[in-house]
Amino acid sequence: MRTGVSSASLDARVSAIPVTDEPATGISAIRTTQRLRHLASVRVSHWLFATGVLGLIASGSGILISHPRLYWGETGSVAMPSLLDLPLPMIIGPSVWNRPIHFFFAWFLVIGGLVYVIAGLTTRHLRKDVVPSKADLRWRPILAVIWDHVRWKRTSADEAWTYNVVQRLTYLIVVFVLFPGIVWTGLSMSFALMSVFPFMVTVLGGHQSARTLHFVFASLLLMFFLVHMAMLCLVGFKSHVRAMITGYKPQEGSAE
Amino acid sequence: MSKLLTRRSLVTAGLVTAAGATGIGAMARYGLIPPDYATPFGAGETLTYATQRLLTSGNSLAREFTRSDISKIPIVNGPAPPDEAFRRLAADGFRDWRLQIEGLIERPASFTLDELRNMPSQSHILLHACEQGWSYIAEWTGVRLSHVLDQVKTKPGARYCVFMPYPNPQQTTGIIRTQFESVDMADALHPQTILAYGMNSETLPADFGAPLRLRMSRQIGWKNTKFLSRIIVTDRMDLYRKGAGTWYGGI
Repeated sequence: MRTGVSSASLDARVSAIPVTDEPATGISAIRTTQRLRHLASVRVSHWLFATGVLGLIASGSGILISHPRLYWGETGSVAMPSLLDLPLPMIIGPSVWNRPIHFFFAWFLVIGGLVYVIAGLTTRHLRKDVVPSKADLRWRPILAVIWDHVRWKRTSADEAWTYNVVQRLTYLIVVFVLFPGIVWTGLSMSFALMSVFPFMVTVLGGHQSARTLHFVFASLLLMFFLVHMAMLCLVGFKSHVRAMITGYKPQEGSAE
Repeated sequence: MSKLLTRRSLVTAGLVTAAGATGIGAMARYGLIPPDYATPFGAGETLTYATQRLLTSGNSLAREFTRSDISKIPIVNGPAPPDEAFRRLAADGFRDWRLQIEGLIERPASFTLDELRNMPSQSHILLHACEQGWSYIAEWTGVRLSHVLDQVKTKPGARYCVFMPYPNPQQTTGIIRTQFESVDMADALHPQTILAYGMNSETLPADFGAPLRLRMSRQIGWKNTKFLSRIIVTDRMDLYRKGAGTWYGGI
């Protein structure tokens, strides 16, 4: 990565964390030689997000299949013209039992979001590790990262310790656009909540518009999830999942 | 160091437990726990119900629309009961039909359709949405449920209203029209909650719940029981319809 400017602040901060003085056995043996890769708040919110998104996509599909037609405005039904007919069968029934499941997993997203944003501000994770530097916010460095990916150029060990500008922008969009968007459009379909915050649904164009936009945000989140999984498999599934659980990554070449 | 951690974690665990117990106690005290709190996804149901009840406290009014917004073709979901007894009632203009009200009330009573029609009426043009995803706008005319409940005087302990449809309240064969439903008093006493006998300036059609249906402005479609025959006012949490779905419906 020739952008150079993006911060290696996570390194700087975690190298200051004193390593444990316990006998070098098991995990602690690894820790003494490893740098913390993911903060605890990032790990916790990551798995809350993962649980929430997977549960929501599964249960949301169950609700969608009950009426796989999208409309614009307030009203829409089989007796009215649709905006888009999804190539899915219409199966009546799954929406009944998927509805409580959907609301259950929605809370994982909401609580994960609160944990991430509050901790992201207090630990300065957001500012240091996620918000791109001004120098990186230009087409050249952005295209450079993309070009490196196209050429399958492996990042150096140092670069792998920080997020590149494309990753940073993607995470920012997921956390500050897609998550709020999907929560907003979801809540906009609530009759009870819209009796208190009616502008939330009227600015979207109505109940059916909110539903359609909910589907759009869900599709974008699904796309992010698929790319996220593809990248994870490319860089090493085991070591990266492990790093997201324990906070530490096994040493280069030791676990893959 | 490990001792310190243990003590600290014990104190933390104790505080969290105490806070949790106090929180749940307070939630129960203020009626923020739904009857289906113990179902597999009950934790989510409880959070959703409590949050919405806190945010919608007071009689926040749902959006109303204009006559020009009324949908040309409203969707029928669960047509009129096909059985002979219901047809006989309908053919007669439901003259022999009664709405029975019982439970935690001072004066158990039953009302004829004419008696209900002679009570003060109100109309609302509301969006009706099914959890499946479709929606339509229609105008509903009826008597405010709180007015009817005033006639029979609910007792102080009343917490829920159970709505029994015609004919068999216990018949839950997966057909929406034959399922009973229950709502809390916040929804029951809401100013836009009516027992509707009219739709789009006409007598309520059989397929839309004749002779009388519940119509709430802050609830999803299936909570609005059609073909009403009986209302039970209760404080019992176990009288809600146990099924795969959610009780509150919420969001």
